[in-house]
Amino acid sequence: MRKIIMAALAAYIALIATVAMAQAHAFLDHASPAVGSAVPTAPAAVTLWFTQDLEPAFSSVTVTDQAGQRVDLGNVQIPQGAPAELQVGLRPLAAGTYTVSWHVVSVDTHPTQGTFTFQVGGG
Amino acid sequence: MALSRFVAGAALGAVAAVLLHPGDAGAHGFAGDRFFPATILTDDPFVADEMSLPTLTRPPTGPDGAQEIDLDVDISKRITPDIDITLGQGWKYLQPKGSPAATGLSGLQTGAQYQLFVNAPHEALGLLGLNVTWAHTGRVAALGAPDFTTLSPTFDFGKGFGDLPQSLPYLRPFAVTGNLSFDFPTKTESAGTPNPNNFNYGFAFEYSLPYLQCCVKDIGLRPPFSQMIPLVEVAFTTPVNRITPGVTTTGTIQPGIIWSGSYYQIGAEAILPVNKLSGHGVGGLVQFHIYLDDLFPHSIGKPISEWF
Repeated sequence: MRKIIMAALAAYIALIATVAMAQAHAFLDHASPAVGSAVPTAPAAVTLWFTQDLEPAFSSVTVTDQAGQRVDLGNVQIPQGAPAELQVGLRPLAAGTYTVSWHVVSVDTHPTQGTFTFQVGGG
Repeated sequence: MALSRFVAGAALGAVAAVLLHPGDAGAHGFAGDRFFPATILTDDPFVADEMSLPTLTRPPTGPDGAQEIDLDVDISKRITPDIDITLGQGWKYLQPKGSPAATGLSGLQTGAQYQLFVNAPHEALGLLGLNVTWAHTGRVAALGAPDFTTLSPTFDFGKGFGDLPQSLPYLRPFAVTGNLSFDFPTKTESAGTPNPNNFNYGFAFEYSLPYLQCCVKDIGLRPPFSQMIPLVEVAFTTPVNRITPGVTTTGTIQPGIIWSGSYYQIGAEAILPVNKLSGHGVGGLVQFHIYLDDLFPHSIGKPISEWF
């Protein structure tokens, strides 16, 4: 009986380890500018790094100022060779607080989203 | 003492597994920016394709001095994107004080659930369900498994506080989930003991470090710490009729932590009884919980309605 239980346990662990090579939900790992950070000078772009590879057609990011106006250039891209990275260029930013909103779909079609702010200059 | 060492060893094993496999952040129970983990004591307010295998529990010593170990498995499977069914079964080791130990199944539980609402901007979830504990699906005489079926309509909810003002940043990772249910036993008494209608209520108070990192402030946490959700769960049962003299509200308070990876999560909690009727001493549990929709996104992890 003990051998059967151990064999079943080993098979269960092996199954999890094997299928865990699949893709899953994409979560934000880190960002530049960092989530909730204050940067002294205006960045030229926002870059987001995710935990899973992204589906380009269904992944987007926008950046807005305190008035809700878009300040990104709309040129969202997933750099070649970095399928888990999302970038968007920015217009010249004045001092203030900006909101980054992202919606992504990982390559296995799981959607996730998130929002954070960063501050330029003294705010 | 042997049981305590057993559970302590299992808890250490769970912690070691987390530290040795930091992995990535991830999975289910989403409302807007909020990810709700599958809590252990409190029923989840979302439909899912998930499985807990196993949940190993060493409850506090019973009020009659009995020692116990429970080994449970639970599975949720979506039929449609908004409807799922649940199935749970347990194996129990019971050592009554002064009597020989007994082992066996502790009773089959099934359920059907409907996702009532998901409010993304306010990170809110609501779910209606009907759970059934089936008669004679466990060892009745030796382990106290029920000889009657119980129907339990339930309402489960979740609320994240990410919609608090930006001026309260460090409160925004908080979330609470809860369930309210009512038991309707199909027999009014068993072996001369009344089976009351019970009101069950429980809550999980969570502080999400993943939410803090992704949506409030990157404070430099990295895996595995950035994937941890400290929480306190509480659950109470209050009989409302056919009350046996001396029987009042029972319940437990369970502080613990859940680590959530891309494909599975691991949880560990202490179990503190709220009164003498709920037991004495400190118990504990560990749970290994897998996300079937992440492990099998193109097959059994999808709702059955999307299989064809």
